[in-house]
Amino acid sequence: MKFTISWLKEHLETDAPTDQILSALTDLGLEVEGTNNPLENLSAFTVGQIIEAEQHPNADRLKVCRVNTNKGEKQIICGAPNARAGIKVVVAHPGDYIPGLGKKIKVGNIRGVESLGMMCSERELMLSDEHEGIIELSVDAEVGCRYVDQAAGLEIVVDIAVTPNRPDALAVRGIARDLAARGLGTLKQNKPVKTVGNFESPISVHLDKSVTNEACPLFVGRYFRDVKNVESPKWLREKLIAIGLRPISALVDITNFITYDLGRPLHVFDADKLAGVLLIRKAKVNEKIVALDGEDYNLKAEDTVITSGGVVESIGGIIGGLKTGCSLETTNVFLESAFFSSSSIAKTGRRLKINSDARYRFERGVDPRFTEPGIDVATKLILDICGGEVSEVVKAGKLSKSKERIIFRSERVESLIGLKIPTSRQLEILKQLGFSAQKQDNNSYFIEVPSWRPDIHGEADLIEEIIRVTSLTKLNGSPMTEETVGSKPPILTPAQKRVSFLRRKIAAYGLNECISYSFIDEKSAKYFSSETAVVKLLNPISSEMSHMRPSLLPSLCSAAKRNQARSFKNLKLFEIGEIFFGGGPGQQRVNAAGLLLGDYSERNAFKNERSVDVFDAKQIVLGALKDVGVATEKLLLKRDNLPSFMHPGRSGIFSIGHKNPIAIFGELHPSLVDFYDLKGATVVFEILVDSIPFPKKKRLARTSIRMSEFQPVERDFAFVVPADFEVDAIKKAVEFTDKNLISEVRLFDVFEGDEAEIQLGANKKSVAFMVKLQSEDTTFTDGDIDAIGAKIITSVFELTGGVLRS
Amino acid sequence: MDDISNLKESYLSLIEASSSEGEVEKIRLDALGKKGEITTRMRELGTMPSDKRRVMGPILNDLKESINQAIGVRKDELLRVTLDNRLKSEWLDISRPARETYEGTIHPISQVTEEVITIFADLGFEVADGPQIESDYYNFDALNIPLDHPARQEFDTFYISGDSDENKPLNVLRTHTSPVQIRHMEKVKGPCKIIAPGRVFRSDYDQTHTPMFHQVEGLAVGKSVSMGNLKWVLEEFCRAFFEVNSIELRFRSSHFPFTEPSAEVDIRCSWVENQLKIGEGSDWMEILGSGMVHPNVLNAVGIDPEVYQGFAFGLGIDRIAMLKYGIPDLRTFFDSDIRWLKHFGFSVGDFPSIHAGISR
Repeated sequence: MKFTISWLKEHLETDAPTDQILSALTDLGLEVEGTNNPLENLSAFTVGQIIEAEQHPNADRLKVCRVNTNKGEKQIICGAPNARAGIKVVVAHPGDYIPGLGKKIKVGNIRGVESLGMMCSERELMLSDEHEGIIELSVDAEVGCRYVDQAAGLEIVVDIAVTPNRPDALAVRGIARDLAARGLGTLKQNKPVKTVGNFESPISVHLDKSVTNEACPLFVGRYFRDVKNVESPKWLREKLIAIGLRPISALVDITNFITYDLGRPLHVFDADKLAGVLLIRKAKVNEKIVALDGEDYNLKAEDTVITSGGVVESIGGIIGGLKTGCSLETTNVFLESAFFSSSSIAKTGRRLKINSDARYRFERGVDPRFTEPGIDVATKLILDICGGEVSEVVKAGKLSKSKERIIFRSERVESLIGLKIPTSRQLEILKQLGFSAQKQDNNSYFIEVPSWRPDIHGEADLIEEIIRVTSLTKLNGSPMTEETVGSKPPILTPAQKRVSFLRRKIAAYGLNECISYSFIDEKSAKYFSSETAVVKLLNPISSEMSHMRPSLLPSLCSAAKRNQARSFKNLKLFEIGEIFFGGGPGQQRVNAAGLLLGDYSERNAFKNERSVDVFDAKQIVLGALKDVGVATEKLLLKRDNLPSFMHPGRSGIFSIGHKNPIAIFGELHPSLVDFYDLKGATVVFEILVDSIPFPKKKRLARTSIRMSEFQPVERDFAFVVPADFEVDAIKKAVEFTDKNLISEVRLFDVFEGDEAEIQLGANKKSVAFMVKLQSEDTTFTDGDIDAIGAKIITSVFELTGGVLRS
Repeated sequence: MDDISNLKESYLSLIEASSSEGEVEKIRLDALGKKGEITTRMRELGTMPSDKRRVMGPILNDLKESINQAIGVRKDELLRVTLDNRLKSEWLDISRPARETYEGTIHPISQVTEEVITIFADLGFEVADGPQIESDYYNFDALNIPLDHPARQEFDTFYISGDSDENKPLNVLRTHTSPVQIRHMEKVKGPCKIIAPGRVFRSDYDQTHTPMFHQVEGLAVGKSVSMGNLKWVLEEFCRAFFEVNSIELRFRSSHFPFTEPSAEVDIRCSWVENQLKIGEGSDWMEILGSGMVHPNVLNAVGIDPEVYQGFAFGLGIDRIAMLKYGIPDLRTFFDSDIRWLKHFGFSVGDFPSIHAGISR
């Protein structure tokens, strides 16, 4: 909402300096978003006078002028047709910033003649679009003085952000009322003058039953004949230009002015283009209108329309029709002032995406009781500016009588806000804002809400008004009393604590945490969705962000792709966040996923370079799970039912029992590596955090530790086994051979592949284990060791058919 | 006697001239070994008449002692030389790069969220969670934003498609963390103090907006929780979070449908050479929105507004992270550029705490 200070002062009697007005506005909740102060922008410009204007020797349209300026006589080349000797002009010198050009001017040389400055047009000073000629100042303007001191009509334009609850502040008068309540002046009397019509309106108005109850309870109009729709007078044009509106014609400008001045949207029809009776009704399906913005609109039954002769001529409260709009030729006019309900306007406006000043105000709530006064104000202006004669007022419908009444207890201000304001001051503020109070009992009042405040419904709203006008800057912080004294118990839930733990644990493996958008592209969503349903946005911001992610992996893959494109090849990324398995509240879960790509370490002089592999992912998954209380040694490692985005031979699922998978890890399926254009095998994992059961009871005491006094013995065993036999089963078989004496079994070598098969036989591999023997109560003899060794060999043979490698 | 002193001289000079431990050992054996020259002489003492032996005994013993001592000294010298040589040969170019450990990093959003939780926990607030896909009711209606409220359009809401039922409004991606307030109050139906950090979504993407960002919601309900308490809590939070000795907040009237009265909160700051200083200077920067919980909201969750009242606030986590740590561009938070993650990310060991400090 824009206005100028002088416009404000038409409603507010005040001596307050502009700065004080601006800071009061912001403090009142009418936040000043910006000011445009031409006085600041234009302070460098001075008044000059053209002494002589000669034809440029080398250009027909240019003149070489000698100009008297504050810096003496200067030669300035000018192309304006009105540049002539004697006129007073606005001069800019080399180095001055010209706002309309967006740059500083320099000494010029135009077709061989030097130019030492510039004489400005209104457009160059951003005063208007006028660029036909340079500004001609009045003859009294004193050469050498600042232009801004001579110019009329230059003033600060204020732009405030009006919150949706304050339709009354979408009018200069409403803003003035707030400032008056704050004590920054007095609100001027502004009683509309009634003009008696001297003939009966040839156009009558009828409200259909479909609109009287809610959409349009009141419609008032009036006929004007023999008007001259001229260009608006200067004062009106200047006001509209100042706030960024384009003057069109007096009739249109008057309605726009009243919209901004008093918050009352009006519409003017060219009466000669109307068929007669105006019928306001709900639209019929597929009715159409070409609106003033030149667009075609298809209407629906929820829209309120103004029709004439069965034709839709206006979308009520939103936009008029092109056909019946007023032009400079218009001589007979029908003026409309109606009350449209906000919900009906909101629906139609939103669907048709029409952003008009009228819709903006009706949607927020226009003062219903200003419907008729609005006609009076407009009548006077139309007759003053356009002449003609006015009919009697025609009126259809009526407003419901009831005004909002609220019980108000003044002590609630202090108990809710914590600030003491005397009751008398509270009531004074309310009165200034247009409320009326009637004492009910001690400190309790009936408050009647003014019709221009549709946002006020309860006591809390009144308290807000009081505190808003008083100023929240007066509020002091007051400590909250604590219910618990002493050491506080932890406040995170086990699930919250676990996520925070996992984050640092995974990062400790060298992974960098990412936070990615929760929405991804459709293809990715489908690739990574185990369910058939994908969760789609109705109004995505782009096709790259159209679906809710069913997994964190696509986000990480895309991130890896972007990083690789920037030549960062070695990546270890992870994210902990929500994934979505349905489109309803609660159909989300927390996962923790990682992606490793490229070399494990950067190139270095230690010669320990290697690519990342599945076992890096396995390490992280097991480490993380163990830290959050999972008995990882009891996990099942499953290779069936792998999701299709994983490499079928190089991935696994960790599961608690057969039914509760809690993590997957492995290589990403090669076709997805291609899809994301990743360079190299891509190792990923995803932990289903919410599937991990919480330990039944927090156990603080550690299990006992056994530390034998006796020397452990280490023996190595290498077995030749079938090439596809999983080594973990062999390891377990060795461990189970003697659980008391075997304290550790460690795989230290796997010899497999073509070379191995040449040495060991087809489809064979060799696996070598270190077995550590440890007794609690004795030192092993060679005999003991041989006996255990023999048992181990037998166990492995029975399990795999494999023998000791010779 | 001369031959003894000659013997001594010759051994001492041999020892002196020796250049390795082996050589010294050979000299020792030659002189003092089982068949060594001096050993042999000493053995001869037994055959000597006692008066001669009484003279020769001490002389030979002295000789043996001298040789032994010289050998010891020489051995030590040679050891030192050997060690010196070894140390010289073991010179290593320690200017070579250290072995790299691959430390991961914590995203600034996670870190700052933990900082926020730490401070509010100290102020007695719990942490509540809620769904990111919300029903229209929780995101809007229950928060006093009915369907045709103009405020709805200001949220730039994302809708979830696929709901075929015409009568039921579409689910949305929550536009703020405020629905968590509703869910929490529905559950507790009475006094509470919570914060709710998390992702929120709005259909807006430009220099300063991303379609997803992070908020933390705060809510305190009690019989006498006032706006003055709200100011105090926010002052305490800002002072602790920005880690300055004093801060100044300015409340400014505003409007949010779910609070009444509502206030925007500005913090005193200065910008000097693009460097933000909180708590001093003459500028004010808007940092959050807040207010007293609207009676309609309390009614919606079944809490009697005649008995209970409370405050609520909403704060942008990304924004305060940018302000505190000088991170310039919001969009970079979600781009996962490895250079950015490593540069702005936090160390695994940086646990925010009250006793040791919110940041390192």
